[in-house]
Amino acid sequence: MSATDPHHATHRTIEAVWRIESSRVIAGLTRLTGDVGLAEDLAQEALVAALEQWPQSGVPDNPAAWLTATAKRRAIDLFRRNAVAERKYEELGRELEALEQTVPDLNSALDNTISDDLLRLVFISCHPVLSTESRAALTLRLLGGLTTDEIARAFLTPEPTIAQRIVRAKRTLADKHIPFEVPRGTELAARLSSVLEVIYLIFNEGYSATAGDDLMRPTLCEDALRLGRILAELTPNEPEIHGLLALMEIQASRTRARISPTGEPILLLEQNRAHWDFLLIHRGFTAIDRAHKISKPRGSYLLQAEIAACHARARTPEETDWPRIVSLYTDLAHLTPSPIVELNRAVAVSMVSGPQAALDLVEALATDPSLDHYHLLPSVRADLLYKLGRYPEARHYFQQAAALTRNTRERALLLSRAAACQTR
Amino acid sequence: MRFMVIVKATPESEKEGALPDAQMLAEMGKFNEELIKAGVVLAMDGLQPSSKGARVKFSGKSRTVVDGPFAETKELIAGFWIWQVKSLEEAIEWVKRCPNPHGGDSEIEIRQVFEMEDFAPILSQEEIQHKVAKRAELPNQAIKK
Repeated sequence: MSATDPHHATHRTIEAVWRIESSRVIAGLTRLTGDVGLAEDLAQEALVAALEQWPQSGVPDNPAAWLTATAKRRAIDLFRRNAVAERKYEELGRELEALEQTVPDLNSALDNTISDDLLRLVFISCHPVLSTESRAALTLRLLGGLTTDEIARAFLTPEPTIAQRIVRAKRTLADKHIPFEVPRGTELAARLSSVLEVIYLIFNEGYSATAGDDLMRPTLCEDALRLGRILAELTPNEPEIHGLLALMEIQASRTRARISPTGEPILLLEQNRAHWDFLLIHRGFTAIDRAHKISKPRGSYLLQAEIAACHARARTPEETDWPRIVSLYTDLAHLTPSPIVELNRAVAVSMVSGPQAALDLVEALATDPSLDHYHLLPSVRADLLYKLGRYPEARHYFQQAAALTRNTRERALLLSRAAACQTR
Repeated sequence: MRFMVIVKATPESEKEGALPDAQMLAEMGKFNEELIKAGVVLAMDGLQPSSKGARVKFSGKSRTVVDGPFAETKELIAGFWIWQVKSLEEAIEWVKRCPNPHGGDSEIEIRQVFEMEDFAPILSQEEIQHKVAKRAELPNQAIKK
């Protein structure tokens, strides 16, 4: 089958339509049927029907309406066969009539309903009753329009495992009667953080991908960004969504600069800033501005985004506003205390107040058992000691860091720095 | 992947002080809103007529400035978007939903933006192998500091 084959071309078109419409079709069907699993099955049946019919009949003028109408007809058939849910059946019939009378254009009066349904779909896919990995798989499947196979390749997991994960997740949502709704009041904050966590997890899966990986993996960054951008429009009054989006945009802006032509990782301060993607940086700044316009306290994503923005704003490493970075890390440490945040703060402190002030912080951290195997702790410590001229101690910690890292190139670098201490 | 989606100019859009009509602006605004809600659009702008622009022609070492307007209207650009989508087909599907930008005869061109992977053929097989091997040992944490 060649690329110019009309059937092949229609299939590619259907795939594209599916990618654009599937989440909205599934969201609408979930509201009608009250069952996200059933809704997805119906939407899939509609997709199969499209694959059968469109190559002959041509792609309809309003493919989304066609898919929804087809899925709803299947739902009616199903309810009729089961002879249950009389009320649902009538309701569906009326919806279908209304749908068939709507003019196929974008000025649909149903716009707000669709947005509400989509948001409900986001919350149900990221429901805390599901494991984090199930949430990620379900979100990519229902909202990202990815196939099970694509998700499996992206997460380096066998396809049957992902398929089973999705089936189980849908069953759990049905068994526990999880309502299709946007959480309100006090519940909202917790549920929202679950959604953000899932999106950031998807992003990081892509960001940590390597060149040897299937191309599906790096595109996870794009999927996460797209989900973040959609969510920012669905709930524009939540600063943390804009914070997360800004963080992802700015991190993604460094994609071309963070790996050398021969594949070595390049540290932030050593990156060629001309290779940064300034369109994404600008989008990151805009997202931060949007977050600042909302009068709610800053959360951890926004703080991390602001730190990333400090680096993005500096045209050269020397221009970096380190005092501001220290203050942001201090706020972040108050909000989400963590030894890793403290270590990063210490590095920023060394840039402002010199190596001794930073060393005091790092030595305090060395008693934290959770950092026992974290090679960056002795690595930072050694670097500070080296700057203070305390070479024998520096050498000791460079060697310790070299023993802890699993990256051979980094190990070689640390060992060469240890050797350099000996000659001083 | 990214696409630049280019709205071509027409004699009307090239007229001095030309502004799109209100109806079209409203429809285009609605379409743009859809694109933003779908997380597709990265950037967009409309361009003034070419009478307000200039060209710099290169010939060897010489540079000649030519002031607008330019004659070949159909080849000129009236506006553009940058979209991030999964495939050319997805970009085409979105463009099909766009209101007719000039009312009568209009054309929108879709062009793919170069990504890093596109430069892969320039690298030797050995360089790619090296890259793959090196990236495999990439630590996730250290570089995000």
